[in-house]
Amino acid sequence: MIEELRQSCRKLLEDGTVNVVIAYGQSDPEGPVYPIFVTKPDDADKIVWNRQCYANLTTYLTRKEIKALGKSAILVKGCDARSLVVLEQESQVDRATVYVIGLACDGVGEPDLAGKCRVCEVHMPRAVDVTIGTAAEEQHDSQERYAAVEEFMKKSPEERMAFWKQEFERCVRCYACRGVCPLCYCNQCIVDKNRPVVIDTSASLKGNFAWNITRAFHLAGRCVGCGECTRVCPAGIDLRLLNASLARSAEENFNYRAGMDPETPPVIGTYNAEDKENFIQ
Amino acid sequence: MSETEKTEFEPKIVAYVCNWCTYLGADLAGTNRLEYPSNVRIVRLPCTGRIDFNLIIKAFEMGADMVVVSGCHPGDCHYTAGNYHARRRWTLFRDLLETMGIDLNRIHFAWISAAEGKKFAEFITEITDTARQLGPYRAYREICE
Repeated sequence: MIEELRQSCRKLLEDGTVNVVIAYGQSDPEGPVYPIFVTKPDDADKIVWNRQCYANLTTYLTRKEIKALGKSAILVKGCDARSLVVLEQESQVDRATVYVIGLACDGVGEPDLAGKCRVCEVHMPRAVDVTIGTAAEEQHDSQERYAAVEEFMKKSPEERMAFWKQEFERCVRCYACRGVCPLCYCNQCIVDKNRPVVIDTSASLKGNFAWNITRAFHLAGRCVGCGECTRVCPAGIDLRLLNASLARSAEENFNYRAGMDPETPPVIGTYNAEDKENFIQ
Repeated sequence: MSETEKTEFEPKIVAYVCNWCTYLGADLAGTNRLEYPSNVRIVRLPCTGRIDFNLIIKAFEMGADMVVVSGCHPGDCHYTAGNYHARRRWTLFRDLLETMGIDLNRIHFAWISAAEGKKFAEFITEITDTARQLGPYRAYREICE
């Protein structure tokens, strides 16, 4: 599979179909996998694909440095392909300028599977130009999808509040969650706006609550659950739990799952006159 | 005034209302000489679609005990669909707050038209009573200390 992948990337660069391939690289077989941007055909051999390839590379597609390079090719796993769909729906990526190489994926994470992969339903990426490799059939157990949220919701509101207090106390406001998220592409983030200050920028509990609520809600009905925010968080805050609770809400109330189908209009930005309103007096 | 009356808890309520319906509803309540509790601080915004969830958080940060969001009935939006968009957003936002453990009894949503001055007065009276019963919203205030 890896040879096939390197071959096709080399070919894309050689015949000028693309100017850059956004891929995974690794300098030391024992070391970490990191994103690489291959511009020379000979460098295609540096591309790797293994169970350490956590990163969602689609986050680089919206960067001006990458856009400046012209046409690009990108490696996506099933989950990453979903965020690509959202980016396209939101007019952030011109699909005609991106060649998408899908990677059949049985899940990442060593020795244990990553949390998101245990409930994965997209082993084979959708809406790609080419898929490399084969993957095992995924299990479609919709019960499992939000198991973590449902378990968490069994706690009382006071317990939940106490839990988040404990979590957000550790937040250092490094904004790594924002930096890594493929869907946090605003040129100026609301937290960086200071006229007026919307969100307290100090790493106080007050600011941390406001920031984390804002981050989660700005991804409402958009987050595809790639889990990158949780992976990069230096404080180990379980941000995916918040994202999953919103994803669950979008599915329960509007039967919508982000990035699953490019044809379905996004949940935020559209409406239905028949939407439920049992909470409105 | 007796000592007990002085220390009695008076809730602070922030109401984010739309310019075209609820604000005029409140106005009508005033011109009709309908009484409603002065605990409510009305903030007028162009449309419910404009009401950012950060405003709600901000209100709690500043010590509000209850927040009200109110605008035009479905179909009556001055901007055609602002309230429909808002409705979707609040559905999701309420679920997020629930996950966070924030008390949903502290946030109320309503459709109040420009003709419903009575509904406005009754609604405010009702939620002020609820706010009195619930007491000060200490949980969020502790976060902001």
